[in-house]
Amino acid sequence: MNRFGFGRRPEERLPSDPHGWLRTQLAGPDPAPTTGAIDTAGALAIVVEQQQARKSVFGEMPPSATAGGAQAGAKLPRPVGMLAAREAHDLLGCALMTPSPFRERLVWFWANHFTVANRATVTSACSGAYVREAIRPNVTGRFSDMLVAVIRHPAMLAYLNQAQSAGPESVVGLRRHRGLNENLARECLELHTVTPASGYTQADVTNFARVLTGWSIELHDEPRGFRFRPKMHEPGEIEVMGRVWPPGEEGGLALLNWLGTHPSTYRHLATKLVCHFVADDPPPDQVRRIETVLRDTRGDLGAAAEAVIELPGAWETGTKLRPPQDFLVFCLRSVGATPDKVPNLANIAGSLGQGVFQAPFPIGWPDRAADWAGPEAMVQRVDFSYGLAGREAAIDPEQLGHATLGPLLTQQTLSQIRAAGSRRDALTLLLASPEFQRR
Amino acid sequence: MMMRDWLCPDAAQAARGLRLSRRHALLGLTAAFTLGRSAMALAAPATEQRLVVVLMRGALDGMSAVQPYGDPGFVALRGPLALPEPGEAGGVLDLGGKFGLHPALPGIHGMYGRGEALLVHAVAGHYRSRSHFEAQDYLESGADQRLDSGWLNRAVSVMPSRPGRDLALSVGLSAPLLLRGSATVQAWAPDHFAQPSADLYQRLLAISLRDPVIGPAMAEGIKQRGFDAGALQGQAGDPAHDRSFEALCGSAGHLLAQPGGPRVAALEIGGWDTHAAQVKRLQTALGQLDAGLVALQAGLGAAWANTVVLAVTEFGRTARINGTNGTDHGTAGVSFLVGGAVAGGRVRTDWPGLASSALFENRDLAPTTDLRSVIKGVLVDHLGLRAASMNVILPGSQDAPPLSNLVRT
Repeated sequence: MNRFGFGRRPEERLPSDPHGWLRTQLAGPDPAPTTGAIDTAGALAIVVEQQQARKSVFGEMPPSATAGGAQAGAKLPRPVGMLAAREAHDLLGCALMTPSPFRERLVWFWANHFTVANRATVTSACSGAYVREAIRPNVTGRFSDMLVAVIRHPAMLAYLNQAQSAGPESVVGLRRHRGLNENLARECLELHTVTPASGYTQADVTNFARVLTGWSIELHDEPRGFRFRPKMHEPGEIEVMGRVWPPGEEGGLALLNWLGTHPSTYRHLATKLVCHFVADDPPPDQVRRIETVLRDTRGDLGAAAEAVIELPGAWETGTKLRPPQDFLVFCLRSVGATPDKVPNLANIAGSLGQGVFQAPFPIGWPDRAADWAGPEAMVQRVDFSYGLAGREAAIDPEQLGHATLGPLLTQQTLSQIRAAGSRRDALTLLLASPEFQRR
Repeated sequence: MMMRDWLCPDAAQAARGLRLSRRHALLGLTAAFTLGRSAMALAAPATEQRLVVVLMRGALDGMSAVQPYGDPGFVALRGPLALPEPGEAGGVLDLGGKFGLHPALPGIHGMYGRGEALLVHAVAGHYRSRSHFEAQDYLESGADQRLDSGWLNRAVSVMPSRPGRDLALSVGLSAPLLLRGSATVQAWAPDHFAQPSADLYQRLLAISLRDPVIGPAMAEGIKQRGFDAGALQGQAGDPAHDRSFEALCGSAGHLLAQPGGPRVAALEIGGWDTHAAQVKRLQTALGQLDAGLVALQAGLGAAWANTVVLAVTEFGRTARINGTNGTDHGTAGVSFLVGGAVAGGRVRTDWPGLASSALFENRDLAPTTDLRSVIKGVLVDHLGLRAASMNVILPGSQDAPPLSNLVRT
């Protein structure tokens, strides 16, 4: 529960067969609640609604361009911002309540591998739908299916500036002098798939960007969502990484499928998975085992996850420091908190240094202790623990320590808890102890 | 239990000692105090010089910040990103001909006029990566590979130490690679949460010390809290998000100005990865940078005269505008040197020109100055480090000699 999940809620029983418990989570459907969730089309409609509301107040000029406009603009309703805040809360809330924490950890892992952040308005509106539509259905499916779903999703197309990229020789490119934006193509090669270790060149990046031209977003006409725009698409065959790809949307799909099943991609994914579930410095033999499974199954992520459970290093506790979101959820699960009782969940995650959909760069959040163990960051965790402990006066800290940590609770922490001057102090000591911060 | 018995009281005494010494410092007393079993003199700091490094993460477009309007190729390459010449409406700020400063940088322009800002153009790191993450690693490591420590930490590690005082300060939630390494580094970030008592911190420290990662970080963070609480009183700053860099800079300036305070600091600012809608996004990012540097000067007060601020980015951006009114990852760009100790009022460049044949790979502004030479020039002439130590700080940089005349002597 601690190593593969988000910790034990008070009402949860310990699984009698841990391996079986984890495998069952992979077999079943994703249990994340979907009632009331807004899909991508609905989110894009909210973007349009917000734009029109602003236009009716300011005309065609953006609020920031008129005197006093920025201030007046700040007072208008912000349906996109409200939606983004709700999605951030719900993502953490889902982890807080889920009965399938291993599956949810995989959702977080893949959502971080394919990071989007709330920079563009479209991404802010769609980031929750993105996780539901592009990540969740594929965490036990094939990697190239997830890759295609991600790259086509409006949240990613907007985040990495793909939607407006036009082929220089396309109809739109020639008529309106629009051109390429290679951001998505570069990050897809560097971060999502083959990595620079595969030896691609700047020309490959630029040509991949040409292949992807036309992959765009339909914001105004229904159905809203991904739209291939032939008039923006660079005509002709294009060479990327030594192979020639046909024109049209098919070229991009074929190229993504090829990248998604490339040996360099499997090595990259295996390294990240082992780093996440085993140790900051992934043991090469365990990386090779996952890499082999991915190659033999042509990128079956469910099979890879099952193989991770069987890795010898996966059960050595305490090797990983919980990142702030994980630490936050772990603490709240242990005290039995529910999302409705913690309305500022997403703000707390931000204060601890890891806001939801706020990763500063497309590489996503780091996955090593050194990146999270800054002196100030550690003290912020203590202060958060102190705040939480102040609201949970009814809890017996010693009992909670045994229930959550079992044999991992150290004598040293236990004696400090017993010696603490108040329940609040004792609970703070438990929540911020090394054994609580590690998994 | 053994650890608790001897470490906990000592750490508590250390925290008390630091607070005591800070009060002495604030009162202007020549401080000598007792820490635990050993008497310790708070000697005059080993250096009065201050160095602040600002990491502009995401790759600043140097040709937007310092625009080469005098180059005949500039307007054709840049289209709408090329601002009008100095004196025209919305034009760049005059730097004495050929180059103009982006109008969102009035504070730096004022420093330039006072001879306190030096703009180094067509500068690039020693690497030729166009990956943000690789390039930032190499920039901060100061080497051809990612190291476990940053060049600024190694620079601090060869400086004469002061008993009981750390020379370096990291501003923000966690230390950047630039400042990680063997030299201990203080950290400071604004408060968000109600704080437990000092005693509770010490108890927690006692159970954390056995953890090799959490323990040292917790010790440093707690020490820092004790050290800072008073120094920052009354100027915690406006928590509004868009002014956070400005607030951090102001606080960093106050900490650096203290007689016993740190002498070297690192700050980070993002918002530079302008693939699209560059005009608007740069306006915001440059405005934050400018406000931050002005706040840093205000916080430093008289110590500004002894300060060099070096603002660097991992690489420049493409010479040509892209298809979405932005620019993509490129090579050479701009570094800013500001501060009272800077020999400024100049654009320092071996300008490569913007003709297609002059561009690096027919794409980027060509690099003509090695950023390591700039760094070395500051470390040698400003901090007084020995030239011989440069190969420890920036390994393999023999072919990048220090630039002279970057600082006033």
